[in-house]
Amino acid sequence: MEFLQHFGGVFEPLSFMLLLGGTIGGLILGATPGLSPTMAVALLIPFTFQLPATQGLILLGAAYTATVAGGAVSAILLKIPGAPANIATSLDGHAMASTGRGTQALHVSFLASGVGGVVGVLLLIFLTPVLSRWALAFGPSHLFWMAILGVTVIGSLDSRSFVKGLLSGCLGLWLSMIGYDDIQGAQRFIFHDSLTGGVNIITALIGIFAIPQVIEMLARGRCEHKVSTVSVHRQSLLESLKLLLANGRALSIGTFVGSIIGLIPGVGGQIAGLLAYDQTRKFSNDPDSFGKGNPAGVIAAESANNAMVGPSLVPLLTLSIPGSPTAAVLLGGLLIHGIFPGSDLFDNYPDVAWTFINSMLIGQILMVIFGIWVASHAARVAHVPPPIMAAAVTILALFGSYSVQQSMGDVYIMLALGVGMYLLEKVGFSAAPLVLGLILGPIAEANFIQGSMIANAMNGPAEYFLSGTLNLLLLILVLASIGWSFFSTHLANRRARNLSNTAEVSLES
Amino acid sequence: MNPDTAESMPLSRVQHLVPAAAVLALALIVAWVSFTREPSEAFLFPRMIASVMLLLALWNFIRASLGLARVGDGLTRKGVGAITPGLCVIVLLVYVAARYLGFYSASWLAFLSIYSLYDPASHTLFAVWVKRVLITTAFLSVIYALFSLLLQVQTPRGLFI
Repeated sequence: MEFLQHFGGVFEPLSFMLLLGGTIGGLILGATPGLSPTMAVALLIPFTFQLPATQGLILLGAAYTATVAGGAVSAILLKIPGAPANIATSLDGHAMASTGRGTQALHVSFLASGVGGVVGVLLLIFLTPVLSRWALAFGPSHLFWMAILGVTVIGSLDSRSFVKGLLSGCLGLWLSMIGYDDIQGAQRFIFHDSLTGGVNIITALIGIFAIPQVIEMLARGRCEHKVSTVSVHRQSLLESLKLLLANGRALSIGTFVGSIIGLIPGVGGQIAGLLAYDQTRKFSNDPDSFGKGNPAGVIAAESANNAMVGPSLVPLLTLSIPGSPTAAVLLGGLLIHGIFPGSDLFDNYPDVAWTFINSMLIGQILMVIFGIWVASHAARVAHVPPPIMAAAVTILALFGSYSVQQSMGDVYIMLALGVGMYLLEKVGFSAAPLVLGLILGPIAEANFIQGSMIANAMNGPAEYFLSGTLNLLLLILVLASIGWSFFSTHLANRRARNLSNTAEVSLES
Repeated sequence: MNPDTAESMPLSRVQHLVPAAAVLALALIVAWVSFTREPSEAFLFPRMIASVMLLLALWNFIRASLGLARVGDGLTRKGVGAITPGLCVIVLLVYVAARYLGFYSASWLAFLSIYSLYDPASHTLFAVWVKRVLITTAFLSVIYALFSLLLQVQTPRGLFI
């Protein structure tokens, strides 16, 4: 219980002010399309130069936590995920906002983020030594299977068409391979100068989610718009709390999946929300309601992406291995203060390490409070007329994509992907599987290549990729996920056929 | 097994066939590039993905040809007519105006154009234009404060900022 001795450090005036500032700033930055948690933390690093190490880390930790949760605001209200971690949130969150439950969606999103986040940080506090050993057990073959498991989710993420879901995922995987190959340095699929640096995930996210929304608003034409794109009415926090508790299964799945995914170095928190969303849908009694405004989808996604924050720091603080891109930036923040993370971090710098971790715990609570306050003001966004909303989202998308690498090439890519996605959506393709493919592509490829190299030096790929308890467990999960996707699609088709038969019979009678 | 569920909306076969053919063409290009370019080690993973993508694209195309694809609500002539002016403004902003006028000036023009094109209020009233200009200027000021002053993002400059 050493961490309890360092709680006082969090409430020192400067520390608490930074925690507060980091949380509020993080929520705003997270809600801004194009500003990912990684970028927000990177932007804040120069501000920590002049601060003592503990305070600097408190600021970075608060920003990390709040930006992950803040991304839900734009995901729910504008259907533009603030970060890849919020993709799954936008699926049901925006549908809830479109049907007058915007405040409720924001409430449950922040409450679920808070629960997931607290559990994640508690895991960080109590299980760091055990979890760090477990995290080390993941080699290239396991990470490859993890990525493939993520790919299998693709098919079931698109509830409308299994084929088009998988095809969207393949398009995403192909997009992730554009640019220079990391190992050989060979040019791949560079059909235009703008593609030289590859397709940046943030740029792609903005294009794929924001531009189709804008075009959809434009498609309504120049007419009197009585109904805004989303409607956010005042809703009781108590009702939202009851809703959260009623969806305990989604909350548990989200928190569990997020904690496990966060712990695995390299997989990244981006897929935690999507995996939790998919698992919640598979275990739900009403899977068809997902994507149409089921709060369980928001709860699972948001609890997962905040639950991964704490565990993603376990390999960083104990083994110097960043669990996510943001953790890698945090590692930079530690190093500039002369702190080298490792197994002796808690012996050499107990005040820095424990105060930082404690601040993340308090930060989760502050994030929930300020998030709910944001939700109460979100109604203003809902009252913006569609022409202004369309123009504002366009400009935000342009600036957001440009600011990622300060390149016009990214703006071209964003616009091309956006228009292409709009056309594909019109014929039944979905954005979520495409983005998941884009995220998982580099992880799957890097570990496949690394695994193949190791396998060649050993007894061949079959033994390397298909032996060992963890490999077999992941393989079984992959097969089960594919089987379930086929089975659930088959069930949905049968249900639909029965419904249409019943309708025909009743019409004839 | 029918992979499409029954939430499908009726959509003409041509509207399914054209995108299915386009996706198939893209899959063919990706496969061709993956299997013909060197060094082959760099294209090992792309070849795996391209093969799966080609199979799925072919399956999708066959389904569309046979009229079995039913998912999606397609494009309407009215919708395309409504989208075109706004999309032209965005494309002009990105490819032309940003380079010659500057990113902020072009964005100001684009915001005002999109807002005005789709605003149901009368174009002949002076007060309406004042409101549009004020809202556009206020929004771009916030964007300027966030991106240029706070985040120090350097945007392309032309005649103006």
